[in-house]
Amino acid sequence: MTTMTTTPLWCDRCGEAATAAAHPACASARQLEPPRFCPDCRRRMKVQVLPVGWSAVCVEHGEIRG
Amino acid sequence: MPEILDQARTQVLGDGVGLDQAGVLAVLNLPDEHLPAALQLAHDVRMRWCGPEVEVEGIVSLKTGGCPEDCHFCSQSGLFTSPVRSVWLDIPSLVEAAKQTAATGATEFCIVAAVRGPDARLMKQMREGVAAIKAAVDIQVAASLGMLTKEQVDDLVDMGVHRYNHNLETCRSYFPNVVTTHSWEERWETLRMVRDSGMEVCCGGILGLGETVEQRAEFAAQLAELNPHEVPLNFLNPRPGTPLGDRPVVEGKDALRAIAAFRLAMPRTILRYAGGREITLGDLGTRDGLLGGINAVIVGNYLTTLGRPANADLELLNELKMPVKALSATL
Repeated sequence: MTTMTTTPLWCDRCGEAATAAAHPACASARQLEPPRFCPDCRRRMKVQVLPVGWSAVCVEHGEIRG
Repeated sequence: MPEILDQARTQVLGDGVGLDQAGVLAVLNLPDEHLPAALQLAHDVRMRWCGPEVEVEGIVSLKTGGCPEDCHFCSQSGLFTSPVRSVWLDIPSLVEAAKQTAATGATEFCIVAAVRGPDARLMKQMREGVAAIKAAVDIQVAASLGMLTKEQVDDLVDMGVHRYNHNLETCRSYFPNVVTTHSWEERWETLRMVRDSGMEVCCGGILGLGETVEQRAEFAAQLAELNPHEVPLNFLNPRPGTPLGDRPVVEGKDALRAIAAFRLAMPRTILRYAGGREITLGDLGTRDGLLGGINAVIVGNYLTTLGRPANADLELLNELKMPVKALSATL
């Protein structure tokens, strides 16, 4: 599993810049959604939701799980 | 007491005969002050005709995204700008998901694929996956793979799939506003073949797609005519990038009115909380629905979104003294 950056460059829900503005609506929605965009490179990730947990894979930055 | 609730007490609670479309509409139009009475009556109906047990189910997506259909609520359609990408679940992960589901006490595990209907590759994956699950986990396997041919229905029966989900989604008159790539009648035809095969029919839909209250009543009446074993009741969770992505969520009281009304239309069916309840009803509303006609839940996560932790639902059922249906009771 690859470790992504601790300071995200991109919002993992909407894919817009994470550094320019806060994303309160995305942060709220993310409580009931897995990430969709890689926070490092903005690529759409391959996401598999399971009954318990999820996994998201960026082709460049690897897999994260939640 | 409103006249419709008096009628329902005699007809539905007393005789087990569901309300017709006009009766359902009257319940859906009840003012807020009569909602507690409607929920109590729906709960009494559920307890009398179904009993106190709650059927617990987990679901998993075997094939996510890239669907050729245009169901306007769905983030898995390949026709919209949704961020959901296509992905397949391998069989070891499918079996692990079934184990996770069984560990919650669930008796049902539904395998879902985002397709118009299954192709040979998907049917092969299903055959291998269902066999692997049955070899490793003590749980009933259901499936939801879109529209089927008669041969595919027979194949699923042969695999040991005991229940098939195929939602009509909304009433016949509103369906063309929600889906244009296939018809309500095509879905009905799959349901007819499933029914004829002996598999249990699971058919429900989504409230909050833009349908009127009258169309909600129409939908309940059409489901009652189908008489499915199970009705999963979803509330729209607007998904980014879909045509319905900007729709408001259903008001909590309207959702509870619908739960009561659907129970009064179908006194004996398994009425299951499915997607969207977290954002529509929250914790308090979830409890109200379980005391207002609901007798089944999906625990854990959904197909592309997350649910409440299974423990939270199981603790609530324990607090409400609603026993989880045992596996032996479904066999």
